[in-house]
Amino acid sequence: MVRESFSKYIKELEKEVTEMGEMVIVAITRSVEALKTLNVNEAKRIIADDMLINKKRWDIEEKCINLIATQQPVASDLREILAILCIVTDLERMGDYAEGIGKIVVMHGSEPLIKPLVDIPRMAEKAVSMLKKSLDAFLRRDAQAAMAINSEDDEVDLLYEQVYRVLLNYMIEDPRTITRATYLIWVAHNLERFADHITNICERIVFLVTGTMSEVKVSRY
Amino acid sequence: MDFVPKIETVGLNFYYSDFLALEDVNIKIPGQNITSIIGPSGCGKSTLLRCCNRMNDLIEHTKVEGGIIIDEQDILRPDTDLISLRRKVGMVFQRPNVFDLSIYNNLKFGLRIHQMLNRKDEVMQAVQQGLEHVGLWGELKDKLGKNARALTLEQQQRLCIARVLILRPDIILLDEPCSALDPISTLKIEDLLRVLKQEYTLVIVTHNMQQAARVSDYTGFMYLGQLIEFGETKQVFTNPKEKLTENYISGHFG
Repeated sequence: MVRESFSKYIKELEKEVTEMGEMVIVAITRSVEALKTLNVNEAKRIIADDMLINKKRWDIEEKCINLIATQQPVASDLREILAILCIVTDLERMGDYAEGIGKIVVMHGSEPLIKPLVDIPRMAEKAVSMLKKSLDAFLRRDAQAAMAINSEDDEVDLLYEQVYRVLLNYMIEDPRTITRATYLIWVAHNLERFADHITNICERIVFLVTGTMSEVKVSRY
Repeated sequence: MDFVPKIETVGLNFYYSDFLALEDVNIKIPGQNITSIIGPSGCGKSTLLRCCNRMNDLIEHTKVEGGIIIDEQDILRPDTDLISLRRKVGMVFQRPNVFDLSIYNNLKFGLRIHQMLNRKDEVMQAVQQGLEHVGLWGELKDKLGKNARALTLEQQQRLCIARVLILRPDIILLDEPCSALDPISTLKIEDLLRVLKQEYTLVIVTHNMQQAARVSDYTGFMYLGQLIEFGETKQVFTNPKEKLTENYISGHFG
């Protein structure tokens, strides 16, 4: 095979993107768990660990830039590197949402939650499942699978609306809950944004495979 | 850059009659790596390469000053044994210069000059290893008696590299080794160079900047006989220190 070394670099990059995706999955899972248990110390660790995700993004970007500068990638090789640059930007931002939830947990402090969490963990689970599928679609270069993941974002949006409505009711009934309810709305918002970035990743997978750039889905938020 | 240089030039000046072709060149080339020398025509890159095994001695009215240290020996000293220097520091040229002989005899030629290996089975073994190294053994093992000129240009260039390898050099100098080859053959030779760097020190002079970027670990940029910049290839091609380098590699002049 010609250009074996180049193919090797690309494979390494793909592996690093997957690793970064896994770091983001761990971060978002931990952050929702920290909220459930109101574990401020864990939340602080999540905030600190976001640096590792940021660093991973810079590392991958640097490798992409080096490959563009030295290997003159064209066609699908070029699209893959461009797609990776976009995907890691999204993943980095998703890491920030996990960090953001950590910050909300710190603000919330040890006051009890105004209600047991039901839909927020569901949003997180759904988003994590979408992200796993999108990373898989990326590795398999499966544009159809990527398109299918996009439609799942609607479910996250519906859960978000539900969380919002329920919490509004709490606030109307008892204004003393306003601060804590607002925190939870922020958390839900972070999760909704988190899932939106997965749709960006899916668009990039479609671009990588087909070469066409298009907004696959317009989010409601 | 933290390495013990395999080749180091110290204040190297080189003249063709009165023309100063290399001016105070100080370069440290690491072992077991690929180093590219790039620069516009006439900048002295081939001259520098040819100094490293004293090929320039063959040109009249030339003068060299300074030092070239290879493995702690200054090879510019008059008592340097040129035959053994050129065995240790092999060279591959722009156009594959196979001899009008069989494939087998092309490879045997150097062994004879250097009086290495006389026994037929040893020669045969060396020929096989040389061809295996450059990925030609499978294709050519039944055609060793065929004239080397009948091979494709890429095969010829591989054969030239095998002819150097068979002499067990430490360093291989390559002067535009792919400029006569098509793009796919070029990429194949580049893959071969990446394999060879595990055992040898490779220095490649190329007009083709993209090739330097693709294949080398370190890159030196020369201009008007001076070494303007030397560094890791990824640094030179993403963030050159010198404006002149930047202008050249981005195609603003040259």
